[in-house]
Amino acid sequence: MTTVEKDLLFEMQRRMLRIRYFDERASKMVKRGHIPGTVHTSIGQEAQVVGATMALGDQDYMSGNHRSHGHPIGKGSPLGPLMAELVGKATGVCKGKGGSLHLADFAVGSLGESGIVGSSIPIAAGAALSSKVLGKKHVSLAFFGDGAANQGVLYEAMNMAGVWKLPVIFLCENNQYALSTPAHTVTSGVIADRAAGFGMKGVRVEAGQDVLAVYEAVSDAVAQARNGEGPTLVEVVTYRFNEHSEGLRIGTDYRDGDEREEWLKKDPIVLFRNYLIQNALFSAEELDQLDADVLAEVDEAVRFTDESPYPEPETAFHDLYTENQEQFA
Amino acid sequence: MTLMSYLGAIGAAQREAMDADSRVIIMGEDVEANVYGTTGGGKSRADKGDFVQIYGRERIRNTPISEEGIVGIAAGAAMTGLRPIVDLSYSSFLYMAMDQFVNQVAKNRYMFGGQASMPVVFRSAMFYGLNTGAHHSDRPYPMFMNVPGLKIMAPATPSDAKGLLRTAIDMDDPVLTFEACLLWGSKEEVSEEEYRIPFGKARIAREGTDVTVVAISSCVPEALAAAEVLAAEGISVEVIDPRTLVPLDTNAILESVSRTGRLVVTEPAHKTCGAAGEISAIVAEEIFDSLKAPIIRVTAPDMQIPFSPALEKQMYPNRITIAQAIRKVAGVA
Repeated sequence: MTTVEKDLLFEMQRRMLRIRYFDERASKMVKRGHIPGTVHTSIGQEAQVVGATMALGDQDYMSGNHRSHGHPIGKGSPLGPLMAELVGKATGVCKGKGGSLHLADFAVGSLGESGIVGSSIPIAAGAALSSKVLGKKHVSLAFFGDGAANQGVLYEAMNMAGVWKLPVIFLCENNQYALSTPAHTVTSGVIADRAAGFGMKGVRVEAGQDVLAVYEAVSDAVAQARNGEGPTLVEVVTYRFNEHSEGLRIGTDYRDGDEREEWLKKDPIVLFRNYLIQNALFSAEELDQLDADVLAEVDEAVRFTDESPYPEPETAFHDLYTENQEQFA
Repeated sequence: MTLMSYLGAIGAAQREAMDADSRVIIMGEDVEANVYGTTGGGKSRADKGDFVQIYGRERIRNTPISEEGIVGIAAGAAMTGLRPIVDLSYSSFLYMAMDQFVNQVAKNRYMFGGQASMPVVFRSAMFYGLNTGAHHSDRPYPMFMNVPGLKIMAPATPSDAKGLLRTAIDMDDPVLTFEACLLWGSKEEVSEEEYRIPFGKARIAREGTDVTVVAISSCVPEALAAAEVLAAEGISVEVIDPRTLVPLDTNAILESVSRTGRLVVTEPAHKTCGAAGEISAIVAEEIFDSLKAPIIRVTAPDMQIPFSPALEKQMYPNRITIAQAIRKVAGVA
């Protein structure tokens, strides 16, 4: 194994840990009232997120959904401005205008998360159209859940991406529940199989807790897209460990208790740590140090957030249009 | 100058913009075949001016009938370097893409703290008055005026159609343009040179001293015809065409009404929450003391559009109903 590959594996674990610790901290901050509103964590889904984002290049685009923090973190966004955005500070990545649901960091190709299920899918396809027409080699990836897999706009976008051979990956994060609704009770057939109807390659990654399995599948799709061979639908089977959103208490047990216990045994971060140690790629000490480093990064992001000012009220009237802003204030 | 129809002027603006900037593309249903007359030069593909021949299929893109996908893909493309012109044909079809218009196109720049710009133009035609029934006759621009983040234009003349569309394409914000089919065939001398008409700048279509009529889209020629009739009756009518509804040139309207003290607002949209209601409210809020008579709105009623010519004809403002309103506000009816 080359150093580059080894570094990449280490970076995968780092980004999964960033997502885990960032989201754990955000969850606490919601419950203590430090973050207004709520957040949707990617805890349990880190392999699926990082396997996909790290298969993309720095210049590549992505759009996402309400389970929103993992995507920009996975794409390499710094944690401070993300955390500041969750709290609504002026230094937030969206200057406090977006919040958890609408994170975007154009500097890393993150074109925005969406609070409307399925709504951001065509945004990624549109970015792919730009790449194609402007002759860039950028690839786009649309993250969406099993819930969005039943939105019509997905199929409009897939059809157009297919017929135009756009360099885009439709990545379904199948965590098996749309809030409380089990996917299999509202979804006919297998999501990945739907690609066949568009003459498109469909891939189902059953081992969605294995970051390398996801990375490999998405890398293949990215290579195909970059070669001008068109889009792929990748469905990754995963599981969210937490509730749909933090602080949400649902009266009825919609998830079987044993089911969750079984999935907790498939913690993607633990699995990958064991893999790295068992294959003598990194020592337990090195990985412990990584753990500590990432925790310190999250602490630093919170400190940055705490020390940042809230936005001035008049900034609520900025950024609607690129020009003539005063006319709309 | 050359004699251009309203549709021809739109085509000329599109061609100008396509020539000026390779990032401009046109996408929509049936744009390759020039079905609506704005992407070609003649009846044949071989005729001079055919957009597919000039620009190729990479930049002139036929789409499937997938309005939500079209609008969303155009938005994503606009956020990443292209400057799409989207032809959505009938404005009644915009509703199919309402989520994309409201939640993505209008909000993305704001929600993301100014990171996104959205240089995209959505063209659609209002097919009212042509016996196409309720599914093809909508004049939905007031709904979109209610969505901060969108800019709205409604040109009433060929010159304005060309100059405003060119501005819209050059602009980094999303613009919806509503083109009245009743105006498609109207012709006037239009400059073949490149020119741009700024947004938020009304046009005084006719100067007058007794009554101000603010008229929108196809109501502009009707208001001008009414003004002509009333001139013979001794009533001097000023006709203002706002040209863009977002941003709206409130100063021009307030200045005129301050002089005349009387206001009629006329538009082809429904009465409730329309542009006419908004303009009336602005005038009442800002210069109530200047008003010598209550404001009158002349609009379509809050009713769906029937098919039969015998039923449809009465639904929109015309020179007669506008003239009646002007006489009433002038106190001579």
